[in-house]
Amino acid sequence: MLEIKHLSFAVEDESAGKEIIKDISLSIPDGKLIVITGPNGGGKSTLAKLIAGIEKPTSGQIIFNGEDITGLSITERAKKGIAFAFQQPVKFKGIQVLDLIRLAAGRELSIADACVYLSMVGLCAREYISREVNASLSGGELKRIEIATVLARKSLLTLFDEPEAGIDLWSFSNLIDVFQKQREEIADRSILIISHQERILNIADEIVVLNSGVIEKQGG
Amino acid sequence: MELNSIQQYLLREIADIDGEIKGAYNIRSDSMSIGRQSTENVEIVSKTGVSGMDIFIKPDTKGESVHIPVVMTQSGLKETVYNDFFIGDNADIEIVAGCGIDNCGNHDSEHDGIHRFYVGKNAKVKYVEKHFGSGEGTGKRILNPVTEVYMEEGSTCEMEMVQIKGVDDTSRKTVAELKAGAKLIVRERLMTHGLQQALSDYAVSLNGEGANADVVSRGVARDDSYQKLDLKIVGNAACKGHTECDSIIMDNGKILAVPALEANDVDASLVHEAAIGKIAGDQIVKLMTLGLTESEAEEQIINGFLR
Ligand SMILES: Nc1ncnc2c1ncn2[C@@H]1O[C@H](COP(=O)(O)OP(=O)(O)O)[C@@H](O)[C@H]1O
Ligand SMILES: [Mg+2]
Repeated sequence: MLEIKHLSFAVEDESAGKEIIKDISLSIPDGKLIVITGPNGGGKSTLAKLIAGIEKPTSGQIIFNGEDITGLSITERAKKGIAFAFQQPVKFKGIQVLDLIRLAAGRELSIADACVYLSMVGLCAREYISREVNASLSGGELKRIEIATVLARKSLLTLFDEPEAGIDLWSFSNLIDVFQKQREEIADRSILIISHQERILNIADEIVVLNSGVIEKQGG
Repeated sequence: MELNSIQQYLLREIADIDGEIKGAYNIRSDSMSIGRQSTENVEIVSKTGVSGMDIFIKPDTKGESVHIPVVMTQSGLKETVYNDFFIGDNADIEIVAGCGIDNCGNHDSEHDGIHRFYVGKNAKVKYVEKHFGSGEGTGKRILNPVTEVYMEEGSTCEMEMVQIKGVDDTSRKTVAELKAGAKLIVRERLMTHGLQQALSDYAVSLNGEGANADVVSRGVARDDSYQKLDLKIVGNAACKGHTECDSIIMDNGKILAVPALEANDVDASLVHEAAIGKIAGDQIVKLMTLGLTESEAEEQIINGFLR
């Protein structure tokens, strides 16, 4: 269970400060799939970064399974079971897909085991396993590898930031199945997806609309 | 051939040698040849007058390898060694060189290897060279390799040159001359730390139609180390040349990249890329979200970069 309490985040903007997240409170109960949607620039990615520890809030608290994690580093939060698939995947020179999946899994996965995660996101695993995670891959390929990597973490709480971007329709259906299965696999695992896609909104237990840094609407 | 533990360690680091070596080889340890084997197609002969060897690879040799590692374990040794490779037409050969210096004393140890390659028509060479230093002494470990490559028509040469650890001072010079249709691929990896200095200088001349060179140097300078990279390609015919200098700086590391292109033929097409910077913040953040600490993340990023 993740509880966000009165969370705010502001940045220095020229002269005045700019508040991007404004006093948000939100709970993500165990076993639930929450979808956050809303207009571009509404603060969705920023909220995900605050949960993962990439940004530090100006005020407010983040409680994960009863523990206040507001002061914890990215690494510590990852170890406690928070995983985050970025909206914009990161490229690495020389690091191969297999390396990244192994790092994510935190152990020496066999090639066959690593391939399972690539297949889940609709990639022909053998073709990709030893590719470098660099600019030679297309945006859609990088995005799927990003998702596969996060799936390999088998985390308690997984954040997906616009997973549908750059993914074709066929793979997208598979992706929906992956999300569904992930929920069934472990009862108390929860998922937070940032998305504009109707089909993802349709499988949500709860939809949260974030606009200008505040929750505009919330419901099942 | 009896090897002590330091010799074994160095050979493993520089040439992946663990036990028996297949094919032709010469192992040089503290200025002496301690093991040599020629084969039907690869003949290794000592030079007279200077230290070093002539290595003859017969035309049409296929799928063979030559290992010529050098190890130094005595502090204060300084040597210059000349090795010439004569690679016959149509031969296909892998050459594994490399030098490991273990210096536990307080005198400088230095190995200057001058390697010349005469690559015959349509021959293919894969050359792998690893440089490595170890030992706790205050004496420096110094390596100044000179590599000259003369390529006949249609030949191919792929060179992988790596210096990852423990070499205090290095000045590398690589010269290549390519005739028509020859292709040179260079992959250099340099990592410096502490107070180390590394200079690497390339001069590649593309002299024949269709000659092609691709020289990529990746470096990481940590602590107070310094690297200077001089990459020059000269196009004297309808040819293609590409150089890339890609470097990461950390701590107080400093890197100077001096790329140069010279086109003396209107159909020469030469491209150069260079980038120096610290590790991208989003790369570290990504790996931290996978549970790595900041320093573990840096290590992974650098290992990948220098792979
Ligand atoms: N570190 C930052 N510095 C300045 N502005 C930022 C920063 N992070 C986000 N923003 C701004 O905050 C707003 C919300 O961004 P974001 O969370 O990416 O929105 P969304 O994901 O909903 O499209 C945008 O106007 C963006 O430009
Ligand atoms: Mg966003």
